[in-house]
Amino acid sequence: MKADPRGVLTGVHFLDGDHACCEGALAAGARFASGYPITPSTEIVERFAARVPTVGGTFIQMEDELAASITLQGAVWGGAKAFTVTSGPGFSLMMEHIGYAAMTETPCVFVDVQRGGPSTGLPTLPAQADMMQARWGSHGDYEIIALCPNSPQECFDLTIKAFNLAEEYRVPVMFMMDEVVGHMTEKVVIPPADQIEVVPRRHTRKPLGEYLPYQTNGDMVPEIAHAGEGYKFHITGLTHDERGYPNMTPPVQDKLVRRLQNKIRNAADRIALYEEENLQDAEVVVVSYGITSRVAQRAIEMARAKKLPVGKLRLITAWPFPETKIRELSAYVKAFVVPELNLGQMVHEVERAAAGKARTFAVPHAGGSVHHPEDILKVIVEACR
Amino acid sequence: MQLTEIRLAGFGGQGVILSAIILGKAASIHQGAFATMTQSFGPEARGGACSAQLIVSDSPVLYPYVTEPDILVVMSQEAYTRFVPELKDGGILIVEQDLVRVTDLPRETQIYSVPATRLAEELGKRMVLNSVMVGFFTAVTHLLDPDAVRKAVADSVPASFRDLNLKAFEKGFAYGSTAQAVTSDSEDEAIYAKE
Repeated sequence: MKADPRGVLTGVHFLDGDHACCEGALAAGARFASGYPITPSTEIVERFAARVPTVGGTFIQMEDELAASITLQGAVWGGAKAFTVTSGPGFSLMMEHIGYAAMTETPCVFVDVQRGGPSTGLPTLPAQADMMQARWGSHGDYEIIALCPNSPQECFDLTIKAFNLAEEYRVPVMFMMDEVVGHMTEKVVIPPADQIEVVPRRHTRKPLGEYLPYQTNGDMVPEIAHAGEGYKFHITGLTHDERGYPNMTPPVQDKLVRRLQNKIRNAADRIALYEEENLQDAEVVVVSYGITSRVAQRAIEMARAKKLPVGKLRLITAWPFPETKIRELSAYVKAFVVPELNLGQMVHEVERAAAGKARTFAVPHAGGSVHHPEDILKVIVEACR
Repeated sequence: MQLTEIRLAGFGGQGVILSAIILGKAASIHQGAFATMTQSFGPEARGGACSAQLIVSDSPVLYPYVTEPDILVVMSQEAYTRFVPELKDGGILIVEQDLVRVTDLPRETQIYSVPATRLAEELGKRMVLNSVMVGFFTAVTHLLDPDAVRKAVADSVPASFRDLNLKAFEKGFAYGSTAQAVTSDSEDEAIYAKE
């Protein structure tokens, strides 16, 4: 399905990542956002609030992030594509409702423009320290999808992708920006609406009496119906059966939670997006994501200028973690170097997937700025030894 | 154009950020190069120091921050004091001459001075001082195609102020076209503001 042209601001723009993310959401068909302002994410909904009346939709500034993160789910069940945006402190408050979205299979997008933490931390400065929280922050067993853009252009392109994945898998998608990417202004090309692919909701075609909200018929993802259409359904965070009614027995729990997990895990290779360079002859691979991938790129270029056998793997999908790719690489490379704006998060995933076949070097940074390329280079040199 | 790091700084309200947006647009949209702009600000809402970092290049810009600016544009004394130490040796310094007193400078700095606020006031609106500065910048640095910058000015300001801003650009450009650089190592004391 093609994008609705009303939401698409076709043209060449000079936008920051926050504004580009908003335009991506509008192009993807988002017509509802609820939020609570927090630096460095506010510009996304600020723009959305200004733009959405011209397109036909709603923005609600809620009383806090708990409200914002559940309001958007009501909008989804009312038929809208919806999202919310926040940063670390607000993301922490949203965790309960991220679990709710995973459990109720509510397709929606949570944007986290990461800043330095913990707690209030560094409101105006970058970090990438919410990566594990995005994956594990809510309680219980569940899977989500998380994407990491590294430029305003990708904030546009991948926001559309985030909405599409949310619809395809009926899962909350975490859009993991960082302060630099959010506030950095670059050229952003927005194509015509007929060149933008949009995944429609998996709406049921079943007659009213035959629809069961969580029946999957062999597929991993159930069909959805919206409130007010005449379908009877029940949405609950309790463990539920195919009718959506609470059924708190071990077999139903097992069936439901395994499906929630496997609908993403089994599709991990299809969901995995990454960018690679010079991996054929690489002995050391720099694995990075978000803004750090651009700093890492400079370090890689410096290393290759020194004739070091270094390759690049940039993660665009952080979750599900593209472990197949790391496993393949660890069969022939010597080491992975993982710079990130935290004191060690995704590096543990790389290490786990490498399973001792290749060494793993972290290049931690507590946030507040980005790495010096020389700091990454130093570890590349060490890893090459 | 080779990778050029630019910092623009002044008070909030002088249009520092818009100047950087105009120059970045000119490079990346109208001239086919690459530009990355970031802005620094603290938790305060308004007033105080304001600075934008702009990197332009023929190839994609990777590292997002300015480390050692080739060109520094300052429109306040505070910005001057704060940012002059990071200016590259042999770099270009552009000052709002009525607002900045030039003192210690890195070696071989080429200094260009412009009374941007006064020139804007002559056009009847002080607010367009940033377009005067953008015009002056374009003339003295030869970094960007003047027509690309004109287009960027035109599509960055509200329609009702377009003509005024273009006039302001031309005024700054004309002023810059005849401006002479003074280098910091010269004997010429004229660059240093009189006590």
